[in-house]
Amino acid sequence: MEQRTINYDFDEELLGFEEPEKAPEEPLGTARKLSLAVLGFGILMFALQAMGMPLSGSWTGFLLAFLPVLFGTVFYFYIDFKGTVPGIKHDNIYFRGITSKGALGWLVGVVFTGFYIALYWFPEYLSGGIKIVNPLSVALSGSPANNWFFYGFLYTLAVLIFGVRMFMKYRHNRYQKIRTASVMFFQLGFAFLIPNILMLFNQPEFYLSYFWPLKYDYLFPGTVSYLVNHPGGLGMFLIFWGAVMSFIATPLLTYYFGKRWYCSWVCGCGGLAETMGDPWRQLSDKSKKSWRIERWVVHSILVFIVVTTVLLWINSATSGSVFGESSMSLKKWYGFYIGAIFSGVIGVGFYPIMGTRVWCRFGCPMAAVLGIFQRYLSRFRITTNGGQCMSCGNCSTYCEMGIDVRAYAQKGENIVRASCVGCGVCSAVCPRGVLKLENGGTFKDRFSGSDKPLGALIDSLKHV
Amino acid sequence: MRVVIIGNGVTGVSAALSIRRLQPDWEIIMISGESSFHYSRPALMYIFMGHMSYKDTKPYEDSFWQKNRIDLVRGWVTEIDVAGKKLIMHEKDPIAFDKLLLATGSKSNKFGWPGQDLGGVQGFYNLMDIRLLYENVKGARSAVIVGGGLIGIELAEMLHSRNIHVTFLVRESSYWTNVLPIEESQMINRVILEQGIDLRLSTELKEIVGNDSGRVRGVVTNREEFIEAQVVGLTAGVSPNIALAKASGIQTGRGVLVDWSFRTNIPDVFAAGDCAEIITEGEQRNLIQQVWYTGKSQGKVAGEVMAGKESVYDPGIWYNSAKFFDLEYQTYGTVRNVSVEGESNFYWEHPDGSRSVRIVTRGGAVCGINIMGLRYSHRVCERWVAEKRSLEYVLDNLAEANFDPEFYEKCEEQIIREIKKQAA
Repeated sequence: MEQRTINYDFDEELLGFEEPEKAPEEPLGTARKLSLAVLGFGILMFALQAMGMPLSGSWTGFLLAFLPVLFGTVFYFYIDFKGTVPGIKHDNIYFRGITSKGALGWLVGVVFTGFYIALYWFPEYLSGGIKIVNPLSVALSGSPANNWFFYGFLYTLAVLIFGVRMFMKYRHNRYQKIRTASVMFFQLGFAFLIPNILMLFNQPEFYLSYFWPLKYDYLFPGTVSYLVNHPGGLGMFLIFWGAVMSFIATPLLTYYFGKRWYCSWVCGCGGLAETMGDPWRQLSDKSKKSWRIERWVVHSILVFIVVTTVLLWINSATSGSVFGESSMSLKKWYGFYIGAIFSGVIGVGFYPIMGTRVWCRFGCPMAAVLGIFQRYLSRFRITTNGGQCMSCGNCSTYCEMGIDVRAYAQKGENIVRASCVGCGVCSAVCPRGVLKLENGGTFKDRFSGSDKPLGALIDSLKHV
Repeated sequence: MRVVIIGNGVTGVSAALSIRRLQPDWEIIMISGESSFHYSRPALMYIFMGHMSYKDTKPYEDSFWQKNRIDLVRGWVTEIDVAGKKLIMHEKDPIAFDKLLLATGSKSNKFGWPGQDLGGVQGFYNLMDIRLLYENVKGARSAVIVGGGLIGIELAEMLHSRNIHVTFLVRESSYWTNVLPIEESQMINRVILEQGIDLRLSTELKEIVGNDSGRVRGVVTNREEFIEAQVVGLTAGVSPNIALAKASGIQTGRGVLVDWSFRTNIPDVFAAGDCAEIITEGEQRNLIQQVWYTGKSQGKVAGEVMAGKESVYDPGIWYNSAKFFDLEYQTYGTVRNVSVEGESNFYWEHPDGSRSVRIVTRGGAVCGINIMGLRYSHRVCERWVAEKRSLEYVLDNLAEANFDPEFYEKCEEQIIREIKKQAA
């Protein structure tokens, strides 16, 4: 045996693989430097105004801060990807600290988390920024900006800017381009412009792209009675819309297309994960253990929401004589622990640490409902291409929902999982053309070895 | 009953799992000196490029092995005591076996080039090689890769991702043209050049030149040209890793000689995967298969035979796939690099040169399909070849084979039109 072989005792488990040395790179080109300078100028303008520069609160101040941020970043992404051959660009993801839980990743996580803590509990720390976006708020909704408007604006800006990055990164992949355009459209239109414009016309601030149970209070008695009593027909329409979307459109669309119609095409939480979150998607935990935790937690939250909603209705019908204040305190408890801490602080704040879909996977009650339909009553499935899988693991690595896609692909089985949001990235990164997202002709032919969905249901219960 | 498997690659693992299915009580030991757990060899390149961490390349969770009672041993077997039915280990106690499977894989070819043992010169096949590559890229600015096959282009992509200038020497007149027809081969030439790799066709390595400290400083080609390099990748194919078997009196040829049930000449000793050479009666050459898929299916059959089931390997209809930088390739059935008598080739290429489909017929039946830049269904193509479908039938049903993601440009109409034109 060769000496080199017999002497080999590297412990790959303990030591892993660090970044190999790289030959010196060419310095940043002029265009890149320029776009970074423009971005830097925008950030500087924002910071100065937030600290009290006189322009703050005027249109000039707003544009001076955000136009350079928008154009600087978009231009940077454009030239960054334009110089490459279209295809999967994942070089160095595990070597860069920001995308592999290095110091920079943790720093970004702390900044995001800090922002959410300020947003929920100390909005006065955001007053500098809120003032800058005030002109836009007044123009759109007719009322002065608050922390929620500021948040919605930054959120939408992030989806748009990083949506452009997704277009560039996946310019060879039409599924990704169309899907990205869709999340950008719904975030900008349905989750930002329309709710604000509704307020301008003295209508209720209503998010047409969010439904019960994700927007849990949309079917709470308080919201419903507020909308019913709202002058004009719009309130009634919004109740109708919410109920139809929750109880009719959700099962129907999920039957035909899987939960992706919502989670990776419409939803704002998904929208941010699919755009700004893309560089961190590989950080999701793929272990069986995390899958077990996921099923327990997400379904518990769904049960909690359903129970709370029912209790609130009983309480409201009986004028509080049955449960008194307890159902209200359930509502408050949920709003704080789930709405704020889980979906905000952990859901987005921990992007650079736990991946981008922590909320969607472990917390979102809407995803739980959609998942149940997707698992048992949907035509959607990911099919695998015969024996072509060579177990490389790109699919599992880049699954933001932490699904071990490879475990199915290497056995040639279809992937029919409640949590799959249908982002299509597993299929995109597969180097052997193995995975395909499909809406089949029926839901019955999806399960390997069984054409009986009831059998699959019983099987899956055995694993709980 | 104790089964010992040497090698934890896909063949060894596939055999272990098929033994476990049939024999719930047998003791199974899997030995590897390379890694503590099974990892996906084709994913090595992604570790080096930073697409994946090492742990992402492991197809099973670590707890899987214990759950399936497959005992993993990290160490090198230095000798097989065939008569005493035990393995002599390097710095470890011997391991006795009742049945033994050799799944020792391949080793990189070295053809006796002058300077092939200099520092900085290496093949690329396993974790030892990737660690060596980590050492060899230190301070490197340019590299030369010798051998225009699948491993060569992977190594080129890896080094290119570290900003190292790569010169790629290909002996043939076009990349991998000893396997691919010229059109597909030229498509890959274009991809290689587009990436900024210095592709030198019809160029052979004459000599690797070292400096005073025994490290490579460049190569000389058969055109007497000197090319500077601090790393030289020797990727002119692999051959079965048989040193251990050979030294232990197990019959070997190019590989470990086995029958179609993977039995060697020694009772209770088996060999499968890259290291095995299947003895074929008649005029055909003995069969050596060295790709992932064949390793997986050979391992499965070998495991069944070891577990006492009558099982014979059926290579079935050939298929394979690869990715050349960003260009995907799939092949089903038999497609030769040059057309032979009795076969007809029909070829469509997208006007932008990024996609192609080739259909080969023999005696009126479709016998092979090559796909570049598109994805076609394995099951559908395999069925067409197995059922000896006519070209007309295949064209009529071509859309059924498309496996591209949703919303992708559908090229089937173009393909059918072009191929019908050629057939007329």
